[in-house]
Amino acid sequence: MFESFILPVFRVSAPLILAALGGMWCERSGIVQIGLEGFMLVGSFFGAVVTLSTLNPYTGFLIAGLSGMLLAVLYGVVVLRYRADQIVAGTAINLFAMGVPPFFSKIWYDSTGSTPPIPTAAQFQVAPLWITLGVIISSIIIFHYSRFGLRLRFSGEHPEALQSAGVSVRLKRWQGILIAGFLAGLAGGTLSTYLSSSFIRNMSAGRGFIALAAVILGKWRPIPTVLACLLFGVTEIAQIRLQGVTLWGSEPVPVQWIQILPYLITIIVLAGAVGRSNAPKALGNS
Amino acid sequence: MRLFKSSLKSIAGVVLGLSLGMVVCYFAGESPWKVLKVLFQSSFGSGYDFGMTLFYTAPLMLTGLAVSLPFRAGLFNIGGEGQLMMGALAAASAGVLWKDPHSPVVAILFATGLAFLAGGIWGAIPGVLKAKRGSHEVITTIMMNFIAAGITSYVTLYVIKDPNSAQAESIPLPEIFHLKPFAIFNGAPMGYLIFVLIAVVLIVHYWLWNSVRGYELKVVGENELAAETYGISKQKSWIFSMFLAGGFAGLVGVVEILGNAHRFKLGFSADYGFVGIAVALLARGNILGIIPSALLFGILQKGAGSLDLETEKVTRDLTYIIQGLIILGVAAEGLYERKVKPRVDKKAAKNV
Repeated sequence: MFESFILPVFRVSAPLILAALGGMWCERSGIVQIGLEGFMLVGSFFGAVVTLSTLNPYTGFLIAGLSGMLLAVLYGVVVLRYRADQIVAGTAINLFAMGVPPFFSKIWYDSTGSTPPIPTAAQFQVAPLWITLGVIISSIIIFHYSRFGLRLRFSGEHPEALQSAGVSVRLKRWQGILIAGFLAGLAGGTLSTYLSSSFIRNMSAGRGFIALAAVILGKWRPIPTVLACLLFGVTEIAQIRLQGVTLWGSEPVPVQWIQILPYLITIIVLAGAVGRSNAPKALGNS
Repeated sequence: MRLFKSSLKSIAGVVLGLSLGMVVCYFAGESPWKVLKVLFQSSFGSGYDFGMTLFYTAPLMLTGLAVSLPFRAGLFNIGGEGQLMMGALAAASAGVLWKDPHSPVVAILFATGLAFLAGGIWGAIPGVLKAKRGSHEVITTIMMNFIAAGITSYVTLYVIKDPNSAQAESIPLPEIFHLKPFAIFNGAPMGYLIFVLIAVVLIVHYWLWNSVRGYELKVVGENELAAETYGISKQKSWIFSMFLAGGFAGLVGVVEILGNAHRFKLGFSADYGFVGIAVALLARGNILGIIPSALLFGILQKGAGSLDLETEKVTRDLTYIIQGLIILGVAAEGLYERKVKPRVDKKAAKNV
């Protein structure tokens, strides 16, 4: 059971969990985060690049996080300093990020958006799973039991209250944005240095959006968010396992129906009463 | 005056985004001047080039409308991509559903109607969910994009798959459904359709400013509370604007399927739905502004292909970087406001 189901589910869920927790921190501080997809993409590219050049996946993984964070700085400047609409800026970040890997891969590897394979010796064994576990546990503790977590949540619920207590709302929001960039970057690194052995074009393939959906399904709380990611992980595993399998009649189950399952679940849950009005009150107003 | 100021902002955003993109080229070791020249020549260099530029511009006008119209009602439609896929699928299915409509006019109207309806329904679903259940349209439209990708892939591969083709594409449309391109474009797939689409934009603009429905839509977008006070149903405006938006996005199917490919090919869209967001944003919610704005992004799209061939260091993907920078440049409101320094003693202000 563990080897055949729990471990594979956790493996494919790990990048979702990292990105979703990043998104949760950011949205809790009051900033909408559509840009997870872009942070992930950039992180997975630079993670693979640095792992290839240093042959040390840990360095690559760290750089994956930092490169996501660097893109988050751009997002933060435009949103917090120049008051751009957060959804618009997030969309722009995603477009921008789509152009970054091909741009550098052309110069460095003369390819149109992929990296050469990482040698087996420089590949991760299980480390990203432990890191993910660490991020989950520390997120839960910091979120519920620390002054930092409390203040960050206040920045998204009652910014005025936080401000009058003498704490900078802007600082909390910067922290939220940077955490999102870093964790989503790590999520990208997980894709390119752990789940596969190179970066391929548009590697994140919508996982940033699924992570965002998980945040919403999880009502912006760490434990339910992680559970939502695991649910999406289960559908991803099912998709792989059911390929070519015949369940009823003579035709195999079309992959497409399983593919759309996570999105369908998200919409149904969002439309159901459970998904309503749990968002941080000041989300999106800055 | 307001219009003048806001177009200045758009132009400033474009200049900023393009300049930053050129700086990026410079650091890649490619002459920015050459990149600009390639972009310009490949868009206007010949009849064929210009026809292709218009071919890329046309879908962007439609997806630009698909974002601008709900935007006016206070909604953010990120679902253009899914809506246009459903529209295109419907257009491609038209030939299967009705093999012999006898006259080209009937055939084309039939396919166009199907495309509009399919896209419209796909757009209306998030609208209804927003109006009835309060689900945030940004999330639902993104999810609908993925669902549309799954459905179109399924239908293309299993239901209307062309048995004579090894590729993932649908049964070709009968000749009677094809739109004829202009001869001066030397084979670029664009004809009278471009004038029809410009007319559509003009009509939508007129409708928004001169009809009761259009007026209600704007009031809902500008002030929900005022709308409610005057008895204007915001729910109705939301659903209606999303239906129209989806319908317009669906018409991309007419441009692509009836005008160009004559069948549904998986992955045909050059991210038109997402670039439409940039188009609408650059037009700043002004419907007429969509035309020049779509043309600009059409030029970028067309020019991009030539970057692959004619430059050493940069590829077509550079346009993503430029598009992203242009949106950021236009969206960053704070860039264009002159700072008025408050006349207060800084020390005193700190102690307040």
